[in-house]
Amino acid sequence: MAQRLGLTGNDAVAYGLKQVNPDVIPAYPITPQTEMMHQFAQYVADGVVDTEMILVESEHSAMSAAVGASLAGARACTATSSCGLALMWEILYVAASCRAPIVMHEVNRALSAPINIHCDHSDTMGARDAGWVQIFAEDVQESYDNILQAFRIAEHKDVMLPVMSMQDGFIISHTLEPLEVLDDASAKKFVGEFKPEYSLLDVDHPRTFGSFTLQNYYFEFKRQQVEAMKNALRVIEEVGKEYGRLTGRTYGHVEPYKLDDADMALVALGSTCGTIKEAVDQARAEGIKVGLLKVRTFRPFPAAAIVGALKGKKVVGVFDRSISFGLGGPLFHEVRSAAFGQANWLCRNIIYGLGGRDINLEMILATIRTLAQSLKTGKMDAEPMYVGLRD
Amino acid sequence: MAEEKLLSWKEMVPGGIVDVGGSAELVNTGGWRTYVPVTDFDRCTHCMFCWISCPDSSILVKDGKKLGTDLDHCKGCGICADVCPPKCIKMVLEADIPEGGKKG
Repeated sequence: MAQRLGLTGNDAVAYGLKQVNPDVIPAYPITPQTEMMHQFAQYVADGVVDTEMILVESEHSAMSAAVGASLAGARACTATSSCGLALMWEILYVAASCRAPIVMHEVNRALSAPINIHCDHSDTMGARDAGWVQIFAEDVQESYDNILQAFRIAEHKDVMLPVMSMQDGFIISHTLEPLEVLDDASAKKFVGEFKPEYSLLDVDHPRTFGSFTLQNYYFEFKRQQVEAMKNALRVIEEVGKEYGRLTGRTYGHVEPYKLDDADMALVALGSTCGTIKEAVDQARAEGIKVGLLKVRTFRPFPAAAIVGALKGKKVVGVFDRSISFGLGGPLFHEVRSAAFGQANWLCRNIIYGLGGRDINLEMILATIRTLAQSLKTGKMDAEPMYVGLRD
Repeated sequence: MAEEKLLSWKEMVPGGIVDVGGSAELVNTGGWRTYVPVTDFDRCTHCMFCWISCPDSSILVKDGKKLGTDLDHCKGCGICADVCPPKCIKMVLEADIPEGGKKG
């Protein structure tokens, strides 16, 4: 029996992890993730889970311990944000390359400097090359739903890659929203048992993990990772459909909102999509035929799904809550590159919300009206729009 | 020596996992040495201090007696010479030892 609760994003993810009851969680605190692990630690203290929770000395240690546990055959998870993710950087690559199906909850927060604890996507964007599956949530419900699906995606024999499940710092993590949770038995049944093919503790088949290779083999291991990411595209959709049959909430790579008959599309990740949906409704009332393409899966990059959804649009505005300095917004550049040779829409990069700078309904409506001018002129400014910046 | 057939990415076990245990034995690290231990067996008491301290498990032992050094795996670190109580192990520049000369 599903149950309706009111939880913050952090508590919802902790609740989901409680239902999963992972074997090992090495954890280190960082705002705005801390409360998630605090809540989980309470479950451990109350004896509600039998997870081995290790309070490590740094995030580098947290990920190292998670890799060791995972390769030993344990279901391992951790959580972090911002600089904590940055401190794990070396080991993120090790986790993905060793094909350890770790699930990490990442609460998006700006990277220093200056020190800023608020919502920004620069942390996970900085890890986009590490080989992890990356999935964004729009709200508390999605944060909960994604964490359960993450285990099925990571541990699928055709994938065997670690998964990063994101939620916006403070905006989702600390906001109380209503959500529907599965009953414990259904959640446990959906996630299933972790049955790794290769594990350190399989003493009947001794193996070596974390080996050294020379120029003659490294390349092939990387090609295997490429294949695993390709398979993840299919697996994420399969798992999302199965979850939909169980809960009524089906998930895929993207979610279009009023996009079918739209002339103009906005593309975005995370909680801002919620605000954009409101803005779309109001803009349509003003006569602007605009729609939203919410992107859920960032890695593997769902090029076909995105380009397909934007087919026939005349203007595309891509929202980025981070900057790849010297290039521009990562989502914008990846969307445009995916569409190369296949689309003739005009497009503009909208950079917003860095360091938790607010993005509200009025600002998005103003952005829509500006972009709508290109529908008439057939021209688009090549420079990014910096929405909310004091110029 | 025959050319080893290199595997394609489709044939390899993923993640750099080596599908056997104890494979370090197959890798010849003896070629990394500069200095090589030389044991004076007239003074060796077979106390096993060198055997237990060697990081490469390269002290050869049989029936409770030290026989010598596994020259395929000894890296010449000198720990054996350092811990030997009667100081009967000397680290000698391997290049100075003539062909067929005593070492190990």
